[in-house]
Amino acid sequence: MTPRVFEVFRRERHGQPFQHAGSLVAPDQRFAEIYAREQYGRRQESDALWLVPREDIHEIVEFPDEFDLKYRRVDGYSIKARLKQARERSGSPPRGEPLGLEETPEAGP
Amino acid sequence: MDSRTQEFLEHVQSGGQVESTDWLPDEYRRRLVKFVEMHANSELMGVLPERDWILRAPTLQRKLALTAKIQDEVGHAQLIYRVVEDLGKPREQCLDDLISGKSKFHNVFHYPTRTWGDVGVIAWLVDAAAIVSQKALLKCSYAPYARIMKKICWEESFHILHGRDVILALVTGTPAQFELVQEALDRWWEPLMMFHGTPIPADEDPMYVWRIKSQGNEDARQQFLEGYVPQIRELGLTVPDPNLRRREDGVWEYTEPDWDRLMAVVSGHGPASQERLGFRRLSRAGVEWVSRVVLAEAA
Repeated sequence: MTPRVFEVFRRERHGQPFQHAGSLVAPDQRFAEIYAREQYGRRQESDALWLVPREDIHEIVEFPDEFDLKYRRVDGYSIKARLKQARERSGSPPRGEPLGLEETPEAGP
Repeated sequence: MDSRTQEFLEHVQSGGQVESTDWLPDEYRRRLVKFVEMHANSELMGVLPERDWILRAPTLQRKLALTAKIQDEVGHAQLIYRVVEDLGKPREQCLDDLISGKSKFHNVFHYPTRTWGDVGVIAWLVDAAAIVSQKALLKCSYAPYARIMKKICWEESFHILHGRDVILALVTGTPAQFELVQEALDRWWEPLMMFHGTPIPADEDPMYVWRIKSQGNEDARQQFLEGYVPQIRELGLTVPDPNLRRREDGVWEYTEPDWDRLMAVVSGHGPASQERLGFRRLSRAGVEWVSRVVLAEAA
């Protein structure tokens, strides 16, 4: 059998996400497991490992947004000016940034 | 330079990183392969000077620690050769080029290990010099290489601990033991000062221009001196360079190493170069049956 490339993902502690650690070459899954244990777990630095044959990884890299769907993005909402207007209208004292649930979502999770 | 290459260069020079699946300019790929391959070769060849001392280690504990360090270094070679393979050069070809003398390995691994003092100096100071370079590689523009460097630096820090422990045991021992360390330091100082390469300005160093390295050679050497000369001196050891001194502005002055000699050493004319390559040839032929059996077993 021709050796295959396995991508290795490791988790440092329970509850944390798996992160890509590197890759290894092994003739089959059994050898891949032995190599992965030696390379990424012999000092108890990992709490779990994932081994994925490289050809089983399907990568997506392009995310076209032909119609510029702004309402799905943070920059699709310009609350500031309208909020100011509404406050002036109701006679509320001006404040700094919006609070609580009105807070702008982060750009990513 | 075409506009795509220019854009790539600007990306890496502003701290951007690239992945193996991204487009890479030919020159970048060529230089990267050469650099990373030499690093992998060095990890693999670097175990030979220490291997000589497994059977002669003074205690069982030292024997185990030394064996573990050697396992780490071979593991680093495996990880780094993986990076080279993904850049298009198969590991078998890397090993062929290594034993035929076509590719290089680091200068410090071309020297013999004469005493147990050498083992301490290598694990403490050679690994300290290496960690200065490798920490800078955490910011390498080629992300897969930078990622594995995290694990490698972490393991190297154990080696420095082990080396310091060996050195401390010797310098607090008998006068003969102390002398063993001083004598080893006397021999290793020149190779250590050569380790980070010629003081070529960073902007003229293609490895820095492409941000394969994130610092210039002299910066690395200065960091090493700043971090370790005080540690060497506090143990009562003497650095064998009468011109070594720290200027008021914090820059270390030292006797300029013989750079022609460095070139001669890394091109296979060091005191132990041929012996080491000979051993690597022998062991490659000797374990060839293992890979045959493993591949047949897995079939």
